[in-house]
Amino acid sequence: MPLLRVEKMSHDFGGLRAVNNYDLEIEAGQIRGLIGPNGAGKTTIFNLITGIYKPTEGDIYLGGKRITGLQPHRIASMGLGRTFQNLQLWRHMTVLEHVKMARYSKISYGLIGAFFGTPKRHREEAEIEEKAYALLKIVGVDQLADQVVTNLPYGDQRRVEIARALAIEPKVLFLDEPTAGMNPEELIQMMEIIRLVHRELGLAIFLIEHRLKMVMELCDVIQTLDFGRIIAEGTPEEIQNDTKVIDAYLGKEVVF
Amino acid sequence: MEIESGKLLKNTKTLKSKLGEFFSLVPLLGWLLGALIAVMFEYYLGDPLADVLGLPKIPVLFGFVIMLKKPLLIPSAICFVLLIYALPIAAVARLSASLTNRLAAKLFKLPILISIVIHLGLLYAILHLWSDISAYRVLTLKLTMIAIMVTLSLNVINGYMGEFSCSHPAFMALGAYAASVFTVVFFVNDKLFGTALLPAALGPFMFPIALVSGGLVAALGALAIAIPSFRTRGDYLAIISLAFMFIVKSLIENLEILGGPRGLSNQPDYANLPTVFLWTVACIWIINNFVRSTMGKALNAVRDDEIAANAMTVDTRHTKIVAFLFAAFWAGVAGGLFAHVLRYVNPGTFGLQKLAEVLAMVYFGGLNSVYGSIVGAVSLSMLSEFLRPLEIFKWIIIPLLLILVMIYRPTGLIAFKEFDVKKLIKPKQ
Repeated sequence: MPLLRVEKMSHDFGGLRAVNNYDLEIEAGQIRGLIGPNGAGKTTIFNLITGIYKPTEGDIYLGGKRITGLQPHRIASMGLGRTFQNLQLWRHMTVLEHVKMARYSKISYGLIGAFFGTPKRHREEAEIEEKAYALLKIVGVDQLADQVVTNLPYGDQRRVEIARALAIEPKVLFLDEPTAGMNPEELIQMMEIIRLVHRELGLAIFLIEHRLKMVMELCDVIQTLDFGRIIAEGTPEEIQNDTKVIDAYLGKEVVF
Repeated sequence: MEIESGKLLKNTKTLKSKLGEFFSLVPLLGWLLGALIAVMFEYYLGDPLADVLGLPKIPVLFGFVIMLKKPLLIPSAICFVLLIYALPIAAVARLSASLTNRLAAKLFKLPILISIVIHLGLLYAILHLWSDISAYRVLTLKLTMIAIMVTLSLNVINGYMGEFSCSHPAFMALGAYAASVFTVVFFVNDKLFGTALLPAALGPFMFPIALVSGGLVAALGALAIAIPSFRTRGDYLAIISLAFMFIVKSLIENLEILGGPRGLSNQPDYANLPTVFLWTVACIWIINNFVRSTMGKALNAVRDDEIAANAMTVDTRHTKIVAFLFAAFWAGVAGGLFAHVLRYVNPGTFGLQKLAEVLAMVYFGGLNSVYGSIVGAVSLSMLSEFLRPLEIFKWIIIPLLLILVMIYRPTGLIAFKEFDVKKLIKPKQ
């Protein structure tokens, strides 16, 4: 049984069909890529699966449970972590607080603990903190834990976002253009982090990316999207040689 | 000329930093000891000293009122404040620094609770001695502490959660009336509510229950706002809460059973200084606990980016509603205390002016900060007492000050600072 399954999902923005009959199956431990020209609907698909939008048609199953139309926080706590295309960090909070926050749904001390500072709360907060430090170490920003996140350079902010997404203990990790705006050196580091996370935590990863080189190197299976519809799906080699993909990216050759 | 003024500026700067260095070794315990000795000075030597300086009596609020009323007495008033407060506090705090540091280090090793209780005990002793001079001081002190509670609870919504709520006067009114009805019905022979149902001796013990039930009624009112307005973000809350404030006010005005616009009086005298002090401490402690926990930090996450918070497993709607009810609860408790301090409430008190006052305290002191709320509430309530002799001009000076703060520090005096008790009481050497 696939870990995440999307069946015939469509979504309309007013009269515009942004996503059309989209299908997806992600197995445990797989790295999948989603590519396509600007405006093809890649981020919309992420937002649909993570519950920010409700699909007009179709169904989504995570680990065999139907999650269509659930609140984003419910879907997230069932094991779906994500990052955002334009960093969505909390600008007044420290790096450590970011990672701790993503453990919200697993906190069991309740309001009594929060109001009265019970020993149970202190124990639990200490545990969360320890786990958060471990994750920050994996992505390599543990020495910045007490910094307010807006003071960090761009590349490190991306890392914080990944650590935050990992803190919800996801089964599937959605990465929305994790290398956008990065220089080649940072790009290589980011690829290392993605590989490390995949190896150490055994996650399935679903990746939107513009840099084809990176997708080709990392992914097992790649989908290509154009105008909200899958035009090709296959291994990196198959995609590279698919004429429809080349047309979508480079335009059709016109013979006069 | 320019060089000289530059030199002067430099000199004053180094003097300031030297002074800061000179006093940086004094732990909180030292300052408390200094203040205790200063208020003892005033208690025993205040009257003769005032006589010598030609003041009619001990200046009631650090000489400000008398300075504005009789400008000729300004030098004497300044002398008094220097001799009674500034000098003793500075001298005792600095000279006893090594002793108090050793004491603070010893206390620091004990469980934190004991250490906090000792510090609070000292603080209470200072406030008690200071306010023993006149009934006016007691009243000002009580109202200031209530203002701290209200400001802090509004900061939870407007600062920590980043929404804009206008209904705090209404929550105070609900709390004030609920607590008053509770105590008057049970413990007082009243024209409106008939004979007391329970013996009056039980009253002081039941007072916490009255306050908590006042808080719960306020929280119930808050639920009526929260359910429709937290579906989405935006200005809905500001509008709905403002409407709610007017609804509550006119509701009480039209309820003859509660005395209508004439108000409700005859509350028993339960809100003495220690009671108000303890409730204020409890309020600060619980709110500070909440906002420093990961559950409370979720409010900041919702404020800074709600979509991200939701995607990181935070149940944003639930979080917002809980925080809103929590803040309303404390406003209700503060309202209950307010009613029992004045022993009279009328609906006119809880209108737009109260709202402006509370909002000013929150934004003046600083958003997202317990320190800020304490500073904002204390400074604005004191300021409005200091400037009382100016009558109507008071309402020009205070808004001007607010505008200046908004220009130079848009988030308030002490914004985004964590209130860490451990750091506060730790020895400095």
